[in-house]
Amino acid sequence: MSSIKQIEEEIISDFELFDSWEEKYHYIIELGQKLAPLDDKYKVDEYKIKGCQSSVWLNGEERDGKLFFSADSDSTFVKGEIALLMMVLSGQAPEDILDAKLEFIDALGLRQHIAVTRANGLASMIKQMKTYAFAMTTANK
Amino acid sequence: MTPFDINKVRSDFPILSEKAYGKTLVYFDNAASSQKPKVVIDALVDYYSTYNANVHRGVHFLSQKASAAFDAVRDKVKTFINAESEREIIFVRGTTEAINLVASTYGRKNIGQGDEILISAMEHHSNIVPWQMLCEEKGAILKVIPLNEKGELIMDALPELLTDKTKFVSVVHISNSLGTMNPVKEIIRQAHAKGIPVLVDGAQSTAHEIIDVQELDADFFTFSGHKILAPTGVGCLYGKLHLLEAMPPYQGGGEMISSVSFEKTTYNEVPFKFEAGTPNIADAIALGAAIDYWNQLDRVGAAKWEMELLKYATKLISEVPSVRLIGTADKKASVVSFVIDGVNAMDAGMFLDTKGIAVRTGHHCTEPVMNFFQIPGTLRASFMFYNTNEEVDALAENLTKAIALLQTHSVA
Repeated sequence: MSSIKQIEEEIISDFELFDSWEEKYHYIIELGQKLAPLDDKYKVDEYKIKGCQSSVWLNGEERDGKLFFSADSDSTFVKGEIALLMMVLSGQAPEDILDAKLEFIDALGLRQHIAVTRANGLASMIKQMKTYAFAMTTANK
Repeated sequence: MTPFDINKVRSDFPILSEKAYGKTLVYFDNAASSQKPKVVIDALVDYYSTYNANVHRGVHFLSQKASAAFDAVRDKVKTFINAESEREIIFVRGTTEAINLVASTYGRKNIGQGDEILISAMEHHSNIVPWQMLCEEKGAILKVIPLNEKGELIMDALPELLTDKTKFVSVVHISNSLGTMNPVKEIIRQAHAKGIPVLVDGAQSTAHEIIDVQELDADFFTFSGHKILAPTGVGCLYGKLHLLEAMPPYQGGGEMISSVSFEKTTYNEVPFKFEAGTPNIADAIALGAAIDYWNQLDRVGAAKWEMELLKYATKLISEVPSVRLIGTADKKASVVSFVIDGVNAMDAGMFLDTKGIAVRTGHHCTEPVMNFFQIPGTLRASFMFYNTNEEVDALAENLTKAIALLQTHSVA
């Protein structure tokens, strides 16, 4: 498996193909539509991250010392954002997830569109993913 | 006065010829903030370029010129909303501050334990929270005029809600999330029959209706400059003079005092009593320019244009499959709010954004309205007289495209 940094670089170079916000939007929507469905048992309040304009359900599971995420949202765009985060973070070691700076988000030129992080909860999603990672490192000590 | 001419008015607003992502900008977020005509922008530049100075305390040329320009605006506002005296006009940051001012001064003085404050179910958070804070402090009770399915106030419920304990009524003139025009004159009539004062939140109405506070007989009326073609950061509170005079001051500081010693401070007269500190001179002067703009506009023609736009947009948008309008009151102004089956409002709003179309999505600071309709939020297109049918066509066309893209695979 590639490192977080390598995957971030790959995503950045994928996005270099896009000239416009419209193209990026469509790509993210497509990622959202392809995101594997989340088991209904996780679509409850315990797994919910409430944003201002959308909700996210996120679960993290340990397998062979790595942390795997699954998630869903009522917004397809937010699902696309989750898909991007999962490409980078899902299946990584919890220590690496905790250390990840996720600078790729700025490099994608999406910041102004998700400056509404407050609205769509991107920051909360990252925090929740890191919380899973933190819990896993603590449990394994 | 020249009759309303859409091409002429559009050319008055520089931003309307800007592009968004290289595409023709369509601005349908007017209920959040209006665009500014060049005369307003020029007034700001002119003030800062040629006569910027603090007002009322200077003996020098610039201060006198700034003071004269600033003071003239109070008189313009007086005429604009037909107040009896310019002393009834208090400059504030906007409607939110105006309502907070009334709650903190009139409210704190006159509302006590067990008293009731009446608002409506379609209030903006800024006409809910200040009253809730007051209720919490005083042990008073907040009562609410309910809504019907069309998003209209249930006026039959009003007589029973106006009780012996009701000490204040605060209602919105036009709902920002539904577009409903409320019968505020009738509400005021009924409240006054029981001796209860009424505040009218005119944040949305002032741009779409000719306001006459005396004809309404409103005790307080508020509006925000930035929603009526003026800059952000300035707005007005109107209050009947005898009420304002009996109210304690809001904030302490300069300008609001008559004399200060460590033993005793006496307060300045109305309206200065409520305007502590250096006022927002530049934006107030630009508000004056905005009012001048309204005064030269054929407002009847502009209102007619807006009503036609609303009718056209309502028809076109309601015909888009899967769309459900939220807020279908008989009397509406300038707002089309809607939800789309199986499509998240924000996703659709972002799609429209990629096409250069600006709408707003979410709860529009009216969560109780969204709860009433059991929806998380709406897409809202809100109009101003400078919008066109062609822009509405672009909205409807791209909305159809958004739904085709987002609904196909959407699970939620």
